[in-house]
Amino acid sequence: MAFFEVSNIKKSFGKTEVLKGIDFSLEKGSVLSIIGSSGSGKTTLLRCLNFLETPDVGTMSIDGKVIFDASKDKAMKEAEIRANRLHFGLVFQSFNLFPQYTAFDNITLAPLMRLTEQKLTKEEIKVKTEEIKAKAWELLEKVGLTDKADFYPCQLSGGQQQRVAIARALALSPDILCFDEPTSALDPELTGEVLRVIKSLKSSDSTMIVVTHEMEFAKNVSDEVIFMANGVIEEQGTPEELFENPKSPLTRAFLNKSLESF
Amino acid sequence: MALFFNVTLQLLEGLLYTLLIFGVTLLVALPLGLLIAFGSKSKIKIISAITRAFVWVIRGTPLMLQIIFFLFLPTSFSNIMQSIGIPVDLALRGEVALLTMVCVAFSINYACYFSEIYRGGIQSVPQGQYEAAQVLGMTKSQTFSKVIFLQVVKRIVAPMSNEIITLVKDTALASVVIRLDLFTVAKGIVNTKAILWPIFYAGLFYLLINGLLTILLGKLEKKLGYFKV
Ligand SMILES: Nc1ncnc2c1ncn2[C@@H]1O[C@H](COP(=O)(O)OP(=O)(O)OP(=O)(O)O)[C@@H](O)[C@H]1O
Ligand SMILES: [Mg+2]
Repeated sequence: MAFFEVSNIKKSFGKTEVLKGIDFSLEKGSVLSIIGSSGSGKTTLLRCLNFLETPDVGTMSIDGKVIFDASKDKAMKEAEIRANRLHFGLVFQSFNLFPQYTAFDNITLAPLMRLTEQKLTKEEIKVKTEEIKAKAWELLEKVGLTDKADFYPCQLSGGQQQRVAIARALALSPDILCFDEPTSALDPELTGEVLRVIKSLKSSDSTMIVVTHEMEFAKNVSDEVIFMANGVIEEQGTPEELFENPKSPLTRAFLNKSLESF
Repeated sequence: MALFFNVTLQLLEGLLYTLLIFGVTLLVALPLGLLIAFGSKSKIKIISAITRAFVWVIRGTPLMLQIIFFLFLPTSFSNIMQSIGIPVDLALRGEVALLTMVCVAFSINYACYFSEIYRGGIQSVPQGQYEAAQVLGMTKSQTFSKVIFLQVVKRIVAPMSNEIITLVKDTALASVVIRLDLFTVAKGIVNTKAILWPIFYAGLFYLLINGLLTILLGKLEKKLGYFKV
């Protein structure tokens, strides 16, 4: 059994069925890219994985443990959802940093909040707070922004904001880090720095799911690529298979079109 | 000169009551308004319906009418109870009781106006902020208090300032009930002494308070200028 298994995820908004049965699995430490044309359901899929949407049908499991089962979990408790969603981190297209906090505080806020919920002695809290701060510095180092720790989001470029957002997501040590078009809100000259950071995470063994329109990136970084069309996985394979030798005519048409745009 | 001194003293006393009504109203209406805003956004239909209807009524009727209503509410209630044989007497007597009821009317009225401002402020915070907090495992209350609230405050400082300055002037409406506030005192002097200037002199006091408030609220706005929403 694979580390992360998604089976038969379906999701409708009103009468429109956006996801029509998604199955895939992911090994620990591997990178999955999801490509596909606009409206094919990529964002919806990521949102389902992160419990921002509740699938109508389907199951998800991590490490053999079922974390979502639509047939049972319709009325999953808030606390349970919170616990389960911590398996995932999500980096948004539009960063969504908290504007009133510095880069550093954006990273430490959620971990510190979790700390307040645990029953700990003063001494333990002190130790853990220091750990959280040390980790935040580490993460800032990882995304190359130690010198911007005290900057507010409005003082950072889009690329820097997105790197802080990546560090923020990593602060909770998610099992799987998801990215929804992390560079598509950025000026072209800023995409490189963000993609480099994501690439560097691969070498540190993070498991990642990246929705992207950057074909070069998908080709070079992923272990597995999924092409989505109209709410289904139209084709799936290694980057070589999918990019060099696409089987589905839909995939071929999509790839041709995205090559044309360059 | 003695007259001027005397008038000043009287007006200062009136100012004290004006500030009292103003302060109490602000203290009660600011949090109460937030509560009402939550109520009107509640997922429980009956709560949101009742809250919205209540806000609609309060915003749709004159404050003066509401003051009179709240003033006679205890008396009418007592009369009804007595008529069915239950001996209760809640009729308001004395300055303190009247002043309290005036403050109640002001607080409720202003809470409803504030609630609409809060509601607009809360709605203008992008969904992405809630979702970012959510995927980071924060609870709803953590999300509101640590992420949303300050952004709301920043967005509403300007409209709130307008309401707060209106409130200073609205305290003159208390005169339907008690003759203690700044404006009523000034009017009283005008009537008894047959001189007009005290009323304009009182106007200076209002300007002074509002000038101070404008500066304070401007400072708050500036203080929140370190981030952009
Ligand atoms: N909350 C919603 N309510 C109704 N329809 C929705 C909702 N969210 C998404 N949809 C619809 O679902 C479909 C898939 O949307 P989704 O955002 O998942 O596509 P996408 O593959 O991420 O597209 P893009 O590449 O443009 O980001 C679209 O047709 C969209 O209109
Ligand atoms: Mg999308």
